[in-house]
Amino acid sequence: MSESATPTQKGQDFEQVLDQSDAKVAAFEVKHHTVLQRIQHVLHNNPTLVPVIVLVLSLFAFGLIAGGKFFSPFNLSLIMQQVSIIGMLAAAQSLIIITAGIDLSVAAIMVLMSVIMGNLGVNLGLPTPIAIAVGLIGGAAAGMMNGLLITKIKLPPFITTLGTWSIFFALNLWLSGAQSIRSQDIDEKAPLLKFFGNAVSFGGARITFGVVLMVAIFGVLWYMLNKTAWGRHVYAIGDDKDAAEMSGIRTDRTLVTVYMLAGLVCAIAGWASVGRVGSISPQSFYEGNLQSITAVVIGGISLFGGRGSIMGALFGALIVGVFQSGLRLAGVDVLWQVFAIGWLIIIAVAIDQWIRRVSA
Amino acid sequence: MTTPVVQARGIVKRYGHVTAIDHSDFELRAGEVLAVIGDNGAGKSSIVKAICGATTPDEGEILIEGKPVRFNSPIEAREMGIEIVYQNLALSPALSIADNMFTGREIRKEGWQGKYLRMLDKPAMEKFARDKLTELGLMTVQSIKQPVETLSGGQRQGVAVARAAAFATKFIIMDEPTAALGVKESRKVLELIQDVRARGIPIILISHNMPHVFEVADRIHIHRLGKRLCTIDPKDYTMSDAVAFMTGAKEPPAEDAA
Repeated sequence: MSESATPTQKGQDFEQVLDQSDAKVAAFEVKHHTVLQRIQHVLHNNPTLVPVIVLVLSLFAFGLIAGGKFFSPFNLSLIMQQVSIIGMLAAAQSLIIITAGIDLSVAAIMVLMSVIMGNLGVNLGLPTPIAIAVGLIGGAAAGMMNGLLITKIKLPPFITTLGTWSIFFALNLWLSGAQSIRSQDIDEKAPLLKFFGNAVSFGGARITFGVVLMVAIFGVLWYMLNKTAWGRHVYAIGDDKDAAEMSGIRTDRTLVTVYMLAGLVCAIAGWASVGRVGSISPQSFYEGNLQSITAVVIGGISLFGGRGSIMGALFGALIVGVFQSGLRLAGVDVLWQVFAIGWLIIIAVAIDQWIRRVSA
Repeated sequence: MTTPVVQARGIVKRYGHVTAIDHSDFELRAGEVLAVIGDNGAGKSSIVKAICGATTPDEGEILIEGKPVRFNSPIEAREMGIEIVYQNLALSPALSIADNMFTGREIRKEGWQGKYLRMLDKPAMEKFARDKLTELGLMTVQSIKQPVETLSGGQRQGVAVARAAAFATKFIIMDEPTAALGVKESRKVLELIQDVRARGIPIILISHNMPHVFEVADRIHIHRLGKRLCTIDPKDYTMSDAVAFMTGAKEPPAEDAA
């Protein structure tokens, strides 16, 4: 059967000339690449390079402007502490944004879970490990709720999490009675809640466990995204969800796990925030949602999904921290810090768009 | 005659008032390239979707190698060794060639790293991908790690075909594989189809391109108005006959012509 279908003269008549055709499939004149195009290519292959360069440059710049105070071990470690909670939220946010989604509820989940931990551990006097476990499970459940609404009811992530942001914030006010839990009460009844406020000091630097936790979370998530099948699927979904589905990925199931994991990371951040802030306040971190998105965007993770490394979000959070600290030490009014962050976001997205236009 | 690889009888699929498949039959024999042709809206995609599990038929039965099957998703069909090359290729542009070849069936490292840390065995996957592409004469790409978006249309098609050929044990469905390609790249894909058949894997080829169909197909399934009109042997008929049958300009031969 196959003999007859493999004719000696292969192909159509008009294709016979193909044998003499140029064998090169698609050759590009490499020499015509300008320096700018080459930079574009390198950045396209290494999306984290931009935030790293910006971080290094801003460190130098503020070192020059603000002088020696800026580079003191104390100040550098302080930046890390200030960045730690938003950094963890940014890690959670990165997971979602890589799937081409967005999560406006990350900070709301975080604060709600810290309130739940505080209520159970301090006000109700339950054993602290149980209070923490309930908070962590609650975070995953809150994320699962987002994930199921997005995959099963097919709501856009933006709308879903805009809604759950309000829902979680209202629950948080209800459970806390809009009251903070005082630092002394936490010390007395549930000191474990403040575990991540502990620190090791050396040479003027003060590294809190919260900072270590943040770096560890980034490390674990980086591993999961880059070295496991789950991580490849997360990127594939963000790249092209339909194609991912057709090539055999159970996209809805994967997306739900992404939102659950993000919720869990937010709850861990909630625990760490008790150590960072000292008290548990239902009104804290109200801008955390947007700050986490800021860090992710400055970190070069594309809002359109599928591109960027989670480590970028860590650098993005650090860049924001360095700008705030540097401008403060240079004696610049707070409003100009906000002004500068605004420009950073716009420039970061503009660079992302430029890199995406790379000629393939 | 040996058992056909796929045998479908009396398949019906309705979407509301529209009957996409109207008591259609389908048969794919061992080792053949079966082309499926038909006018736009004749339902050729619908029947193939029913066979690969993308849709579940309302009536009728599908036998694969003589055993009745009922797939709820293409993933279930894939687990049986049925591969599909979609018209849009279903590749993730930002991921590497190796990553794309293994989406959904990645290889994990042996030992504790794979078992507890679920670590991927990237070297093994890259080697496999390179071997498969070399086998099919597609190793014109510079690196197996390069993202698919940096490849030309023909190279992407090659990756999609290589992925199907590497994992198919029963048969491969190709939906318009040459539709978006130039003359030279189409030729490459047609050679790939013949290559895959030579390995004994039958192919269902959905195409509008009559010269391509007549060149590689062993039999041609002509679909018209939601059902199989007839099956013809391309050696007995001309392209204009086939077009006449599928558009209704000419009466079809008896059902068992080929």
